[in-house]
Amino acid sequence: MTLNTTRRKFLSGAGAALSVFVIGLNPKGVLATTSASGGNITPFLTIAEDGTVTAIIKHFEGGQGVSTGLSALIAEEMNMALEDIQWEHAPSDPSRYANLFFGGFQGTGGSTAMANSFIQYRTAAAAAKEMLLAAAAEAWGVDASTLSLSEGLILGAEQQAGIGDFVAAAGAMQVPEAPTLKDPSEFRIIGKEIRARRDTADKINGQAKYAMDVQLEGQMVVALKRAPKYGAKVASFDDSAAREVPGFIMAHTLPTGDAVMAYAQTTWAAFQARDALEIEWDMANAETRNSAAIKEELLGMVRTEPQFTGSATDLATASKAIDGSAKVVEREFYFPMLAHAPMEPMGATIEPTADGGVIMHDGAQFPTANNMVLGQVLELPPEKIQVNTLYAGGFFGRRATPNSDYVVEAALAFATTDRTRPVKLVWSREDDITGGYYRPAMAHRVRVGLDANGAIVGWDHRVAGQSIFKGTAFEPMIVRNGVDHSSVEGIADGAYTIPTQHVGLTDAVPATTVNWWRSVGHSHTGYVMEVMMDLLAEAAGADPVEYRLRYLDETNPDGARMATTLRLAAEKAGWGNDLPQGRARGIAAHKSFGSYCAMVCEISTDADGVVKIENVTAAIDCGIAVTPDVVRAQIEGGIGYGMGHVMRDQITLEDGAVYEQNFPDYEPLRMRDIAEVKVYIVPSTEAPTGVGEPGTPPAGPALANAIAAASGKRVTHLPMTSSDVEFA
Amino acid sequence: MTISLKINGALKEVDPAPGTPLLWVLREELAMTGTKFGCGVAACGACTVHIDGVAERSCQALAEDLEGSEITTIEAIGSSPAGAAVQKAWTELDVVQCGYCQSGQIMSAVKLLNDIANPTDQDIDDYMDGNACRCATYVRIRAAIHRAADIMEG
Ligand code: FES
Ligand code: FES
Repeated sequence: MTLNTTRRKFLSGAGAALSVFVIGLNPKGVLATTSASGGNITPFLTIAEDGTVTAIIKHFEGGQGVSTGLSALIAEEMNMALEDIQWEHAPSDPSRYANLFFGGFQGTGGSTAMANSFIQYRTAAAAAKEMLLAAAAEAWGVDASTLSLSEGLILGAEQQAGIGDFVAAAGAMQVPEAPTLKDPSEFRIIGKEIRARRDTADKINGQAKYAMDVQLEGQMVVALKRAPKYGAKVASFDDSAAREVPGFIMAHTLPTGDAVMAYAQTTWAAFQARDALEIEWDMANAETRNSAAIKEELLGMVRTEPQFTGSATDLATASKAIDGSAKVVEREFYFPMLAHAPMEPMGATIEPTADGGVIMHDGAQFPTANNMVLGQVLELPPEKIQVNTLYAGGFFGRRATPNSDYVVEAALAFATTDRTRPVKLVWSREDDITGGYYRPAMAHRVRVGLDANGAIVGWDHRVAGQSIFKGTAFEPMIVRNGVDHSSVEGIADGAYTIPTQHVGLTDAVPATTVNWWRSVGHSHTGYVMEVMMDLLAEAAGADPVEYRLRYLDETNPDGARMATTLRLAAEKAGWGNDLPQGRARGIAAHKSFGSYCAMVCEISTDADGVVKIENVTAAIDCGIAVTPDVVRAQIEGGIGYGMGHVMRDQITLEDGAVYEQNFPDYEPLRMRDIAEVKVYIVPSTEAPTGVGEPGTPPAGPALANAIAAASGKRVTHLPMTSSDVEFA
Repeated sequence: MTISLKINGALKEVDPAPGTPLLWVLREELAMTGTKFGCGVAACGACTVHIDGVAERSCQALAEDLEGSEITTIEAIGSSPAGAAVQKAWTELDVVQCGYCQSGQIMSAVKLLNDIANPTDQDIDDYMDGNACRCATYVRIRAAIHRAADIMEG
């Protein structure tokens, strides 16, 4: 990443230097160059006079590899080496950097970064190439068709020159309306085995800058002492002990009443002062339940008639089919709340500018939301607000919430000062683990009727849990007929064709705040569907792979792609081959975010039944894998994230307070947990789809099915360690 | 209280409040932010540095106890043979994802290679156990440690 100040200045619109070729969208959203629109361009790429090509990445880099992926699109169309593309984060400007799947909203999520950028960035790069060639053709008095561009050089029959020589002239050329994109048969970067992550160099020597690393002249650091229970409010506080902490500045109640803010000169002092605050809490509206009681409430809900129907088939029809079947397979499932716990705890810095505006320094997942929050809380017009997007130390969904929780906290912390000094909000790990916005706790109950041949004749699937989207600005997009689709996604809209399937949903009473968590609803529906498919195969006396294939209709693309992916995973894992004593395999397959992912988990168990995950073999169909090694990395990561949480993690409430505090009691996956992961990519010419999330849903059930194969034990209440599974 | 710390070969005068962990002296007083804060309770390894050749959690080591010690951080690890090999292997295998844990991973990996030239998978499990990676880059870290050992062998 280059953070060179001239380019920054240029990006913010001041002095659009003519020595740089800039291509992007003009205010009308039309592809344009700097000179053609008087400099008001939000670029996708820039080319400097020295020939440096810089990709302007509209999504934040949180480890998912988007800086590499979007750079590869530019390298491809401009015939450059991926290693030669520089990059930087785009500024916040939803009018032109909107996520094409999010309406007029700039943000990253739902594994959409590549899917919504694939044509956009290639088009910009292809146009740049055509304009450079046109400029050179004019200068050399030859036909542009006799010229080519390669590795930053324009090559003619008699001449050659670096692209930098033509940046000024190219900027004055007519922008092609529909530049010719390469045919996939011509790709030499997209889909090729190249390892050249654009963010590696910064991240192996301590130079990468995250929100946590921002240090501005005169900044104050704020740490929050939060309400011990959801719904509790500050009644009063005493900061006399905090005043003894060297570096303490002041303490104020967060204007929402949810916390007290300790301001100090340094992070360490802020943490010490925060811990020294004595607070009286008003517990009148505080949550008082225990997780055990909430679990019983949720299971009670799936045992009765659901509140909403989320399928074309109603309950009565499905019940009738099941009641008349030869064999009924029935299970209840429970999923605890989960924290995202990205490695970098939340935080952001607000810096006042000379003109009365602010710059927010943040690993911003939804920059547009940052702008909106700052505008509202600080009562500033949009032109006075800038967002400087930094690396994010992981996110898994956490750096965006429907109400922009930590961004609001930072804004309120700044608003509570005289606004002359930068204010940096820092969360500790305890803030993160106890701070809400969890994957909601969910219960499922599934009843499936089979005929004498083991074929499914009816499926009654009920889900209960707290809705993520109801009551948020996103509700109109996600909620239909009372059903928050994110609570049931992956059941009826999966790759399987299941007859007479009813899906019902009951909303739970909120116990805390909830949020999208890597793979959202698929994080629980994938587990249920794939454990059920295994149980049904068992009831039918069929092989688990063969049984799944019966329900993948290969005359439709969904079924065909899933079947191919499933077969690839099975074949690569040696499915069906004999295993040594003490080993067992499980398989799972799930479609999410437009991608198809299947995996085989192989475990060993010792004499005491202690489980060790020996290897995982996965297959992914994500359409065109633009940067295959980044795809593999995301699936490796998704598997680790999915398995680690299913194995041992949960967020529990004791009398309404979160019990888990830090990593020792919210134990992350460790090096020893999974010995080996192999990922295979299904060759495809389809448009690219998501890779950040699809690896997570099948991971848990593949492990669960392996455990069942080893011991006959079906783990349906998570985490597995709470169901008496022991891991090595 | 003014103390003098030897960090990456250079003496630095610092003035932390009593009881301040080395982590915060590095990050905030010396603006060496490559060493990361992940948990503050010795549970994640993001803050790993070398103190007199031992991989230590800087969130637990008090700055005032370290006068006279040799402290090495991620910013300088590349100048040691094992550090250079690890960085090269990390680059070849594109280990990083978000990168936030990687300073600590690299510091622990270098210590491992300093102790054991050709580590087994079991050695890797043992030495790297305290370094959590929420992005689950473990399989690549394992492969890259083996690769770094090969690079050092030449
Ligand atoms: S911050 Fe020191 S071990 Fe986590
Ligand atoms: S790379 Fe993200 S935590 Fe390790």
